[in-house]
Amino acid sequence: MSQIAISATDLSKRYGERMAVSHASFEVSLGTICGFVGPNGSGKTTTMRMLLGLITPTGGSATILGESIASPEKYLHGVGAMIEGPAFYPALTGAENLRVLATLGGFPTDRVQSLLDRVGLGDRADSKYKTYSLGMKQRLGIAAALLPEPKLLVLDEPTNGLDPAGIQEVRELLRALADDGTTVFISSHQLSEIEMISDSLVMLRKGEVIFAGKTQDLLLQQQPTIVARSNNSKDLEKLLKIAKESGHEGSIVNDTVHILGPREWAGAFNKLAFDSGIVLSELSSVLPTLEETFFEMTGDLQ
Amino acid sequence: MTQVFFAEWRKLRRPTLFYGTLASVVGVTALITSLLYLLIDSDQGNSNGGEIINRITLATPHGITIGFSGSAGLLGLVALCVFASQTAQEYTYGTLRNLLVRQPKRLTLLLGKFVSMSVFTLVSVLLSAVLSVAIAFSLAGKADVATDAWTTSAAGSELIHTFINVFLSVIASGTIGMILGLLFRSPISAISIGLAWLMVVENLIAAVVHHSAKWFPGQMITTISSGGDHNASYLYAVIYLAIFLTISFGLVAYLFQRRDVSN
Repeated sequence: MSQIAISATDLSKRYGERMAVSHASFEVSLGTICGFVGPNGSGKTTTMRMLLGLITPTGGSATILGESIASPEKYLHGVGAMIEGPAFYPALTGAENLRVLATLGGFPTDRVQSLLDRVGLGDRADSKYKTYSLGMKQRLGIAAALLPEPKLLVLDEPTNGLDPAGIQEVRELLRALADDGTTVFISSHQLSEIEMISDSLVMLRKGEVIFAGKTQDLLLQQQPTIVARSNNSKDLEKLLKIAKESGHEGSIVNDTVHILGPREWAGAFNKLAFDSGIVLSELSSVLPTLEETFFEMTGDLQ
Repeated sequence: MTQVFFAEWRKLRRPTLFYGTLASVVGVTALITSLLYLLIDSDQGNSNGGEIINRITLATPHGITIGFSGSAGLLGLVALCVFASQTAQEYTYGTLRNLLVRQPKRLTLLLGKFVSMSVFTLVSVLLSAVLSVAIAFSLAGKADVATDAWTTSAAGSELIHTFINVFLSVIASGTIGMILGLLFRSPISAISIGLAWLMVVENLIAAVVHHSAKWFPGQMITTISSGGDHNASYLYAVIYLAIFLTISFGLVAYLFQRRDVSN
């Protein structure tokens, strides 16, 4: 069996003159968590809809669990999904909503209570959906996605509306699922969350894939920042000058100097500073976060 | 298909919808059948459109079915509302995407929903028939209507025929509701357009344009429920509606299969 859960090749969707998704090509390996990120309107949800057979691509192709997205009935029994937030019948209880989907999908309805317990809704199973808070609705959406005991989980912004504890619970749940072999394809604006849990990343900008690969590889491609601090604040300007004379751009941030340069240059910089009579009280090299990288790559400053 | 049927049934049996609809059916049937007997001596008439149905007519084997068949129009409107709202709400709630992820064969989803709602309608019509007959027997004595002919085999046969006709007419109204729900994707739009067309527009045109009634689905639904009337024969109405609904349903089913689900 293929080790690829999702494979998209030149996948495109055009609405009139507008290309919502343009020649998107990427792969997601089985049993991994893949973050799907991009600014609002970059085509994430459209791509997910195409992968789930909800909309028809205008170009390209894709396979899910080895089956073409042209025949969604061949793979959707092994896929759980929550797209564009949770959507349920307001007058039905949380449990009854799940039973509707379980019956429709041919899954045992006795799975419902354990799933509600798993997402922390066990004690509100018999409350009507319309009485749920946003966070509870999100949890119900995740429970619905887990109904088929999926090989692939497609989640669109699953942590929207969750409190920090809820976000951590979802993170742990997704990690546990991935450890059990479930592939998770997750879009989120919580980039710190994505950075923490994702093994790989697909980044979109204006409908085009601008990065697809391992998260760590993306971060390592970025220029590290050398952060230097001196006890004497008057030395900061001198440190900046030393960096610039060595061909490195930098800036003063609060009481530190941030210099763009490879980790290996930090030692040389320390020596140059010492030779100039400056004793550094702190010197470190840090990689940019995914959030900083995202802004850098997408030009999005939301 | 079976899975879709039972999933839809779970939604239909929720108390507010299930008992609410049955209460409407009880109300409509009780009102129309009761007025038939309570206003039997009224100069204003005791049936649809001020028509007077006298004791002689009511005392025939057919008489037992008149109250029930008179309820068909309003039962049809109830069915139209249920079919339209149950279909269109999948769009307004955004639940259609959940359903399609679990059942990607869109035609199967549509047919399963239709069959489920049809069974729900069958329960409603059955309740209406039983209630109407019970009210007829209980009020016949008070209205001085002879009931001897109502217990004959001819009356049984009339009742079965009327039941089939009413059921067909109510299902036809429901199908129109489902078609409108799929077309407009909003319960309010589907129901209001459906009711306005069937109750106002068709009747106005049919009253003004001679012989136009036989081209209108709402008018032909009435013809079926009454087993044929001055507008058209029963057979014509059945064939016309079968063709009209098959083509209309086929077109919206094609649209449903092809249309992107983007909400």
